[in-house]
Amino acid sequence: MGRKLLLDKAHIENIRLYDVYRREGGYRSVEKALKSMSPDGVTDEVKKSGLRGRGGAGFPTGMKWSFLAKPEGVPRYLVVNADESEPGTFKDRYLMEFIPHLLIEGMIVSSYALGSNRSYIYIRGEYAWIVNILEQAIAEAKNNGWLGKNILGSGFDCEIYVQRGAGAYICGEETALLESLEGKRGNPRIKPPFPAVKGLWGCPTVVNNVESIAAVVPIINEGGEEYAKIGIGKSTGTKLISACGNINKPGVYEIDMTISVEEFLYSDEYCGGIANGKKLKACIPGGSSVPILPANLLLKTAKGETRMMTYESLADGGFATGSMMGSGGFIVLDETQCVVRHTYTLARFYRHESCGQCTPCREGTPWLENLLYKLEYGKGKMSDIDLLWNVQKNIEGNTICPLGDAAAWPVAAAIRHFRDEFEWHVNNPEECLKKNYGLAGYADPINVPV
Amino acid sequence: MAEEIKKEAPKLFKVTIDNKTIEVPPGTTILNAARMIGVEVAPPAMCYYSKLEESGGRCRSCLVEVAAGSTADPRPMPKLVASCRTTVMDGMVVNNYSSERVLDARKGVVEFLLVNHPLDCPICDQAGECYLQDFSYEHGKTAASRYEFKKRIFELEDIGPYIKLHMTRCILCYRCVLVADQLTEKRVHGVLKRGDHAEISTYISKAIDNDFSGNMIDVCPVGALTDRTFRFKNRVWFTKPVDAHRDCDKCCGKVTLWQRGEEVMRVTSRKDPWAEVQTIDGKPAWICNDCRFHKKKINDWVIEGPTVISRHSVIAQGHYEGMIKPKETLPEVMGGRDPKLLMDIRKVSGVNSVDISQLPGPATSETFKKKEQ
Ligand SMILES: Cc1cc2nc3c(=O)[nH]c(=O)nc-3n(C[C@H](O)[C@H](O)[C@H](O)COP(=O)(O)O)c2cc1C
Ligand code: SF4
Ligand code: SF4
Ligand code: FES
Repeated sequence: MGRKLLLDKAHIENIRLYDVYRREGGYRSVEKALKSMSPDGVTDEVKKSGLRGRGGAGFPTGMKWSFLAKPEGVPRYLVVNADESEPGTFKDRYLMEFIPHLLIEGMIVSSYALGSNRSYIYIRGEYAWIVNILEQAIAEAKNNGWLGKNILGSGFDCEIYVQRGAGAYICGEETALLESLEGKRGNPRIKPPFPAVKGLWGCPTVVNNVESIAAVVPIINEGGEEYAKIGIGKSTGTKLISACGNINKPGVYEIDMTISVEEFLYSDEYCGGIANGKKLKACIPGGSSVPILPANLLLKTAKGETRMMTYESLADGGFATGSMMGSGGFIVLDETQCVVRHTYTLARFYRHESCGQCTPCREGTPWLENLLYKLEYGKGKMSDIDLLWNVQKNIEGNTICPLGDAAAWPVAAAIRHFRDEFEWHVNNPEECLKKNYGLAGYADPINVPV
Repeated sequence: MAEEIKKEAPKLFKVTIDNKTIEVPPGTTILNAARMIGVEVAPPAMCYYSKLEESGGRCRSCLVEVAAGSTADPRPMPKLVASCRTTVMDGMVVNNYSSERVLDARKGVVEFLLVNHPLDCPICDQAGECYLQDFSYEHGKTAASRYEFKKRIFELEDIGPYIKLHMTRCILCYRCVLVADQLTEKRVHGVLKRGDHAEISTYISKAIDNDFSGNMIDVCPVGALTDRTFRFKNRVWFTKPVDAHRDCDKCCGKVTLWQRGEEVMRVTSRKDPWAEVQTIDGKPAWICNDCRFHKKKINDWVIEGPTVISRHSVIAQGHYEGMIKPKETLPEVMGGRDPKLLMDIRKVSGVNSVDISQLPGPATSETFKKKEQ
């Protein structure tokens, strides 16, 4: 059994209520931080823990905090990113729904470290019922003196507000989120300046994922060094993985980052293997934006080493033979799934969610979708596959925000590893209309010039 | 301004763009540094507009490669950067026209900009002074379009009494939105929807009616916003631009008149070499709707002289700078004689000697060869 730091208490009856949460040791980290630590001391602990942002990019959280500009007389803000709209990712929802006080507790400690007297939770609009859960937790925390003025007599004031989004994936991008929070159209800002210098209402701001902030609680309780002992290399601590697709036990799992992908996929403690006795074909290990991997490259790296559920190991081999940890959305495809159809579905999503600000993403994502539709429905030509490659390449790296990359990468990876399946669609136009899946069995990686 | 009075002279940053070096004040963007060097190295800019805050960064046509970040940290930047929004560092080395990667990326941007563009230049008022025309001519691919799907189409819309919105042509540069935000007191115009459905619109079809709204027409790089008082009246290259002014209590009153004969076809603000409104007396010379739409008689204006057109070549026909006209007129040169036909091309080619209607089949080169023998 791996260690659980975030969800170990999530299933205690009524843990959503303050009294139960407190009885189980809740809010200890606030006491510890506000009574015995300086704000910089908290930041140092987070630095020592090696915690990396759980929102997708994996940027070290402690380092992000230390970049926060601190000019005199200007407020600073902590904004928690609960927009969670990446297809395949539903871990923050679980955490907020079952153990909301953990997020509130983490936010108080983090706000103390950053000097934020008003902190915000920007939550995905569709999570309407969770808003109520969070509001209740905030009210309870406030009634018990954990929020408000002069918390625990430390002189530190803090309020937490919840703001609902209106259903746009792009508002999960941190600068689009800030625009939306300010009441504007959710367009990503052009960086620099970065939020650490000019964020919410032009003030220095830290944007962190729900899970990153919740992880601050065990880090303060146990100490950064203790936390850093869990995991391998630069992947410290535990990570929530939301597993879905053709597996026996879809759900949210907390892993300590020491297990292999194979163990995660096949052991009964986690995914419980591929459903219906089918074979594994492919997997997207980190949410829809990261490259898809064929079965052989998922379980072993190109060097033949066992692939582990860590930031480094999942990225081993770069985009040629690796993928990314991303936001931890683990999407599994069995042998009956069609990669072309799957890629088409993703392209549709990104086309729909592009904010339309910059040219390559606005015009390129519909093009990707159209080409994939054509291929999937048996009207494609061989040259369309190369065109698809070329269009995604023209988008990647040339946009304002990473949504452009996120739209391009899945297409690139699908062609890189499953080109034969695309070609099969071109060569068998009638058959691919009759059945909705592509080639059975494993697809061998094919070398495509990068 | 207080900030500008500093005790020490500010240190200048040295930046090299396409092997040309210049020293610029800190805070200058790569694009502006390149403009200071000259037209040869200035990246194209479809959305940046130096007189509008927050402009730029969106169209991606000005992407450049930073080969060395600075003297202190000479690592190259991994991605191409938008030169209009990236400030220079001391010792920065930038590749623009000298980089294949940049030219390739721009080809991609041109292609993307054109996939949904109607390409209706023959009936577009902007033709001849359109940035998209220039940009695709200079940076586009030569091959035919690879896009074979339906283009998105929007209905034409009147936004206010003076402006026509032709959304199908819009490249979403956001310049007009910034004008609405920054020049007019009450914004009633912005972007609705997202992705390729995004559109410029007045909120719930509210008309734009305010003194400076006409400047949106001038900042629009394409023919998406056009002057309803000029629509379809003339091709810009047939009109003659002259600088003129009048006393106006709303704006600077300094404009360009576009004349056909004695008639004033349209009035615009004066443009600088980057097709932006000129800075006159330290301020952008935006003009008011009164000057633009209601002063169309030549005696409303004091004419200053011909406008210098340096960049947009089509309009510059007949307005070349430094052009020397011959003193004599053609009849003088001919000395009263009629011009003489030097060669009758039909006779020389012998084409007319074959009666094509008498041939049993279609005419081929063989038909004419026989004749020659
Ligand atoms: C298109 C897009 C969508 C994103 N959506 C989310 C999201 O839903 N939740 C999230 O935490 N981060 C999201 N991110 C990442 C954020 O921009 C940001 O990196 C993150 O909130 C930082 O938090 P962390 O350092 O704790 O990971 C998204 C990024 C992009 C480009
Ligand atoms: S990459 Fe896409 S989503 Fe991001 S700013 Fe550009 S158009 Fe908007
Ligand atoms: S209408 Fe013109 S100025 Fe406005 S966004 Fe479109 S192209 Fe730009
Ligand atoms: S001019 Fe720089 S991105 Fe448009």
